[in-house]
Formats: sequence, C-alpha cells, structure tokens
Amino acid sequence: MFSRAYKAAVTLPPLIWVTAFLLMPYLLMFCYSFWSVSAAQTIEHSWNLSNYGQLLRVDVYWQTLLRSMWIAARVTIFSLLLGYPLAYFLSFYAGRKKDLLYQLVIIPLWVSYLVRAYAWKTILGSDGVLNTLLQYVRLTKHPLEFLLYSPFAVVLTLTHIYTPFAFLPIYAALEHIPRNLVEASHDLGATPGQTFWKVIFPLSIPGVVAGATFAFVLSLGDFLAPLLLGGPSGIMISNIVVSLFGAAYNWPLGAAISFCMLLLVVSLLFFSERLEKKWSFS
Amino acid sequence: MTTTSEISMSLAGDGLSRATLLSIRNVAKRFGKNVVLRDISLEVAEGEFLTILGESGSGKTTLLRIIAGFETASAGEVWMGEERLDREPPYRRRVNTVFQHYALFPHLTVEQNVAYGLRVAKRPEAEVISRVSEALEKVKMSAHAKSKPSKISGGQQQRVALARALVNRPRLLLLDEPLSALDANLRRQMQVELKSLQREVGISFIFVTHDQEEAMVMSDRIALLRSGELEQVATPREIYGRPATAYAAQFIGHTNLLKAEVRAGVVRCGTLTWSAALPDGPALFSLRPENLRLVDGSGPTAGNALVRGKVRHRAFHGATELIRVECADGLVLVVRTPGSGGLLDDVELEFSPADAILVRESPERI
Repeated sequence: MFSRAYKAAVTLPPLIWVTAFLLMPYLLMFCYSFWSVSAAQTIEHSWNLSNYGQLLRVDVYWQTLLRSMWIAARVTIFSLLLGYPLAYFLSFYAGRKKDLLYQLVIIPLWVSYLVRAYAWKTILGSDGVLNTLLQYVRLTKHPLEFLLYSPFAVVLTLTHIYTPFAFLPIYAALEHIPRNLVEASHDLGATPGQTFWKVIFPLSIPGVVAGATFAFVLSLGDFLAPLLLGGPSGIMISNIVVSLFGAAYNWPLGAAISFCMLLLVVSLLFFSERLEKKWSFS
Repeated sequence: MTTTSEISMSLAGDGLSRATLLSIRNVAKRFGKNVVLRDISLEVAEGEFLTILGESGSGKTTLLRIIAGFETASAGEVWMGEERLDREPPYRRRVNTVFQHYALFPHLTVEQNVAYGLRVAKRPEAEVISRVSEALEKVKMSAHAKSKPSKISGGQQQRVALARALVNRPRLLLLDEPLSALDANLRRQMQVELKSLQREVGISFIFVTHDQEEAMVMSDRIALLRSGELEQVATPREIYGRPATAYAAQFIGHTNLLKAEVRAGVVRCGTLTWSAALPDGPALFSLRPENLRLVDGSGPTAGNALVRGKVRHRAFHGATELIRVECADGLVLVVRTPGSGGLLDDVELEFSPADAILVRESPERI
C-alpha cells in the first residue's frame, strides 16, 4: 500500500526521538545506578551494587518509598471514590447537562498544577480560609496544625489533582456500555442496585483499572505537592531523588532509586493492562 | 402447580376464544411535540401470538417499550389481568423481552446469561441449574453453555436471548424485531422454530416486525400500526381477505385499489361496472390480483364483472405470474395468473363483485 521509503520517512522521526530522549537517558540512568561518588565528588565508573544495597540498608529510603506508595494508594482510593460516582451520574443520569458537566470536570486540568497546589496552601494554612472559618464559627480556638505540611495535605491535594484522571477512563468505560444491557437486566427482574453490581460495574472494570493506574502512578511520582504542602512528615520518594540529583550530588544513588521506581511502575502498568484485557468484552 | 407445557396443550392454536391477558387502553405517547402513538387500544389473549406490524417510525417499538416498562405512556393504561402494569417498574413486570440486538451480557457465559433472571430472583441454586439446562436444551444451545456470547453466531445468540427470557416463565414475551439481523435463510428457519416454540410453551408473544410476510407466516393476529395509529387488528387471513383500509390492503400483499363512484346500487370505475348494495357516493375498493381471472374459451361466469385490456408487462414469480393489464380508460390492473406463459396481447378479465372489498381511505398523516 505505502512504499518503503514513505513508511521509513513516517516512522523514523518518532523512533529517533524516542531513542534519543527516552531510551538513551534511561540507559544512562541505569548505568549511573551502578557507579558511585568519590570523596572528591567525582563519579567513579566502577560497577557495583552498593547503591542498591544502600537502598535496602538505609531506613529513610525504603520507608519513604513505602510511605509514598501508601500516599499514592490513598489518593487512588479517594480519586476512585469521587471519580466513579461522578462518572456514573454523568453517564447515566445527567441527561442534557452531560456535556456541560463533563467540561466542568475537565476544566481544572487546564489550570496550572502549581496554581492548584498553592490554592490548597491558602485554604489549609494557619491563616488560611479553612482555619479562619473554623475559628470564626468557634469550632476551634487555635488554628489546626495538621491541615498543612502533613501527609493529609498531600493526599488531599493529589486527590484533587488526579480525580479527573481517574474519572476520564471510568466515564469512557461507562459510556461504552450498551444501554440495552441495562434494560435487559431490568427486564429480567433485576432491581437498579442488582443491575449496577451485576452488569454496570463489571463492565466498567477496565475503566476503573485504567483510572486507578493513572491516579497511582502519577501521584507516586509526584514531588511538587509534597514539596509545597507535605512538610517533613509528608516527604515522598521523588523529593529524595530530586535532592540526591541536586544538593546532595549523589547521582548514582538517585539513579538507583529512580530505576527501582521505574521497575515498579512498569510492572504495575503491565499488570493493569492484563487486568483490563481480562475484563474487556467488546 | 402445573407446568407450562401442560397448560400449552389446552391453549396452543385451537382458534377458540381465550381469556384476555394484556389489555392496552387508550395509550398515547409524545416525545416533546412529536406524537408517536395516539389512542392505542389493544387486547392480547392468553397463549396468543400477536404481531405488531408497521413501517419504521410507525411507533411499534415504542408501544412494545411501553408494555415492557422502558417508556412511560403519556396517556392511557396497560393492564395484565387485574394488575395495572404501566405504573410498575420494568423489573416488577412479569413480562420478558427479546431485544433486537439480543442484549446478551458480554461478561457472562451463555449459561450465566440464561440464569440471570432466576439468580436475581434468588431461586434455589438447584432449581436454577435444572431450569437453565432445560431452557438451553429447548433452544438447542446446551453445547455452548460455557461460551461467552462473543464466541457464538448471531443465530445462536438469538436462541440464547430467547432461552434467557423464557426460563423465567413470563406470562408475556415481547420480541422486538428479533430476526431482523439474521440472513434470509436463517430467518425463515427461525420463524418456523419460534412459532413452534411459542405453541409448545403456550406463552403469549407480542412480536414486532416491519416485514409483512413474517407477520403473515407467524401470527395468530396482526395489529397493523401506521403513524402511531392502529389501522386494523385481525387474523392474517382476515386482514388479507378483508382489509379495512387502503393502507392495510397495500401494505399486506399486492392489491389493485379502485377509486369508484356508486350510484343506485351500481359501482362505476371508468368503464368497469358491477353491482353492490352500497349507498351513493365515492367508494374505494381493494381487489387482489389473484381474484382477477383471464376469461378463456369457456367464457365468463355469470354475474362477474368484465373488463378488456392490453397486457403491458409480465413478471414471472415461479408458481404464478403477475401481469399488468391496461384497460381502455387508462386503468391499470395487476393480475395474478397461474403462469401458463401464453403471450396474449388483448385479454378480457373477470372478477366476482364479492371480491372487491370496500376499504376506507388512509389519509396522509404526519
């Protein structure tokens, strides 16, 4: 159909792009993870596994990784709990307002991430909107300290930011369910509740898996929200990587952590794709 | 409790009058300003095979959806026995539907699809298993019990949809153009199977189709719907033999519509005349092509109307031949002959005045 030259002309540029800006950096990072830093602050190109050993030995690294996963897991759960009912309502009951509401869900994605994170800072801070209000209505005497600079603030902000990402694939999956299946279920005597759990939910699982993957992977790698709102107790693994590559000047250890995270994310994507395939029937 | 097959013995196709099962009373449906159904009243008897026949846009599917409960009527009532149906949600109606595109649950196996209704009704598992396997056997799908719907053919999906509905032993089964997606051969085969299955289980069927031949072959009665109103409700024989309206006469089979004038007991349509005991004024008649006969050597039968004409066109249909005859005054009559293949040019036609059926005009509706 198309000539070889045409095919090559079309596929080569993206191939070069991916190789130069994705595969090569990863390969470089992989190499770095086996090197080390000398006392004179130079990179020593001697191959060993000491960085990976350090990862396991030093508590702060694996503990932060675990905490990051725990934060990401909570973000995922809350995003799904918010995103699913929203998507369900929009898809099945919004009627003519569907398009408008859909736009309203999407609009926050156009606002800069930084602006949204700062917005939460002004809401949750000691002199913030929330604390002022709570004191004004005399629910509390002093500003609540746990609101800002805590894992709570990070989970809240990330949930706000990543809920649309969980919403979108769920909404798409729900929209793809033929409505005559819902009618068939009612016709066979199933109540709306039974219909939801036996037909609608199982058929929306690919969307739930995709949405959960988005929310988890994106929030696991997030470093801005913990930086701005996390405080010392809300530090996530990406913040450590950032400081290792920056101030600490320990690229090899940073590369080792990055590589572990990459492995984690890739295996997660692989697993979620398997799960999506298993539950899709189109 | 008697089983459905026992009940069917006394009900199946005996042609006797049966108890009324479903009664549709003055049902109307509007979508905004668009009137889809107006003042529909219709009764369905126990064990009857009723077909709602109409062109697309006639409102036949809407009527079916009102009975199933997927649409609410703008006016009127639907009763099943002593129970008012139209206020119940679909899942409380003892009515099941076979959908146009089957609507099988793609994530469930054939077996699980058929078991769906029984499981949501929380029937004991042993009963579910035995009834499901019985239903699958009835539609000859036992071999595919463990397959997913996407792995079986359209005709097989059709059977599963049927089993999934029938396994619940509904009092009434609604079928929304269930055969329209099948190819012609399979379709004819399924018509026969569906009809004999209906006889066997003795459940009332309301079958929606736009195919008049399908309606004729399968139905006990046909309800002909046009632009949201019933044109005629009658047995296939009646509706063919004595169509009530010009539309009914034309939609079901071929016909000649004769615009005539009655004066003093004589009907006049151009040069064609016959006598009929009708009041004076304009009248419209339907005359089926097979009721016209070429006058042969033995001469016309006494009392028959006669007309001369020239053969303009012949169409061979196998057992019969349809010929178009143009009469002196420009009137064109379609005649069905046994197809002897004679090449006559000038012919004389006769018909019995009893075969010219007076029909109402079918005024244009929007």
